[in-house]
Amino acid sequence: MAFKIASSPHVSTSLHTNTVMKRVALCLIPGLVVQSYYFGFGTLIQLLLAVSTAYLAEAAVMKLRNKNIKATLSDNSALVTAVLLAVAIPPLAPWWLIVIGTLFAIVIVKQLYGGLGNNVFNPAMAAYVLLLISFPVQMTSWIAPQTIALNHADILSSLFSIFEFRHSFLAEHFQLSIDGTTMATPLDTLKTDLSMGLTTTESMTKPIFSGMAAEGWFWVNMAYLIGGAIMLKLKVIRWHISIAILASLFVCASFGYLISPDTFVSPLMHLFSGGTMLAAFFIATDPVTAATSPRGRLIFGAMIGVLIYVIRTFGGYPDAVAFAVLLANMCAPFIDYYVRPRSYGHRTGN
Amino acid sequence: MSNYRDIASQGLWKNNPGLVQLLGLCPLLAVTATIANALGLGVATLLVLVGSNILVSLVRDYVPKEIRIPVFVMIIAALVTCVQLLINAYAYNLYLSLGIFLPLIVTNCIIIGRAEAFASRNTLAHSAFDGFMMGLGFTAVLVVLGASRELLGQGTLFDGADLLLGEWASSLTIQVWQVDTPFLLAMLPPGAFIAMGLLIALKNVIDSKIKARQPKPESVAVTRARITKVS
Repeated sequence: MAFKIASSPHVSTSLHTNTVMKRVALCLIPGLVVQSYYFGFGTLIQLLLAVSTAYLAEAAVMKLRNKNIKATLSDNSALVTAVLLAVAIPPLAPWWLIVIGTLFAIVIVKQLYGGLGNNVFNPAMAAYVLLLISFPVQMTSWIAPQTIALNHADILSSLFSIFEFRHSFLAEHFQLSIDGTTMATPLDTLKTDLSMGLTTTESMTKPIFSGMAAEGWFWVNMAYLIGGAIMLKLKVIRWHISIAILASLFVCASFGYLISPDTFVSPLMHLFSGGTMLAAFFIATDPVTAATSPRGRLIFGAMIGVLIYVIRTFGGYPDAVAFAVLLANMCAPFIDYYVRPRSYGHRTGN
Repeated sequence: MSNYRDIASQGLWKNNPGLVQLLGLCPLLAVTATIANALGLGVATLLVLVGSNILVSLVRDYVPKEIRIPVFVMIIAALVTCVQLLINAYAYNLYLSLGIFLPLIVTNCIIIGRAEAFASRNTLAHSAFDGFMMGLGFTAVLVVLGASRELLGQGTLFDGADLLLGEWASSLTIQVWQVDTPFLLAMLPPGAFIAMGLLIALKNVIDSKIKARQPKPESVAVTRARITKVS
């Protein structure tokens, strides 16, 4: 009988960066499937564009920096960034949008700060904010969920729309059928309606909502929630950040809704529309840019939840996930500094 | 710092106010959305800088050390007011598009910095030349930044040059490529920050390339003859 002799620490783990990142990417699949069911093939085309751009950009920067290209590419972090950005932007956005965004995420936000592990901001969300403030029109026109859309965005018309083939008869036909289906997101619709003096109940009778939640978006968020639960089970992420985000968002939203249900959006709507679940499980939990101790993570998550609510309700943009995550990223080192766990043998608060 | 060549290389490259000293960042980031604006502000700063260096150099022996800063600031403020009135009179549209950043030249650290660090210690001719070179270096950075932001943002060069040079210059505008949707980030201050960072990085790359190309001083190998006897 052979004994394995090894020095401490006697912990066996297979969780290397590439495994973690691969699992994160795999856990995004349920959400991806549901999203493409409701919003057409556009998301998958964006995904392909984003992933190929991300790998090319990462390889180019690694070549410039004289680093091992293969080792960096196989840690799968570029893959996760690309997927997160691809699911965050509108499915039929023009191709250059996702290319600019991915290049910015990989080259400027990640590699210029020193590569994986050194970036201050979440690359996907920084790129999303770049695109949102630079191209507001393209970034806020989502297509209607396919279940209520007049025209289905099939794979051919999605391709025509994304690659902007405008100058042929065929393209014009497809372009028209797509244009008929773009509309604002549910959160955007609610915001506009509230500013026009409608109550939330009146606004929610529109076809883009079904019952208490948004058509399509509810199930997309549900699928991300399931993906997140699998990640928790696999111990890819810890629960603190996700639960803190959802809890603080729920508390804030309930508070507003109890005070004035006509002018504030319901907590259910906040939790299950826009990018809430995606942010809570996949974006804010990025180990590089989040706080590190359990208590710090709770504060970090709670901060994101409150910010999402405040920016969604009082801010100028319909969804707030990206801004909230970036602002919390800035505070993460600060939180870590003040919430240091007690070292064994030291008194608290020294 | 007595010879002119050294002063020129300090102002234009080695000690460039925009890229190395990082002075005057506020106007640098705020008004460089187009070349025309950048050039306008750059020339205005250049004029003030030359004027203030000359005046400060002239009065340097008569100003008590304790109150030199208020005196310098008054000189600068008077010059800025002159330049502002001149631009208001002869290039009114440029005056409108530069807005608050024209009077704010008073607070531009480059000017008080050169007055304090150079003009109050050097002769008239040297000070005037230093002001000119520093101003030129700053203008160059402004123009490069303005050009890259204008090109990225709206795909043109020299758009609105008629504000600066008069009616005839409106034909100078070059449409490099057609942009359907302007790249707003390049025109907003965050874009200026990023472009500025990349510009500084570029300068550092060039510097290190130059340094690498220079022949290394040959290390003088010390060969010592053994004088003690090995037993």
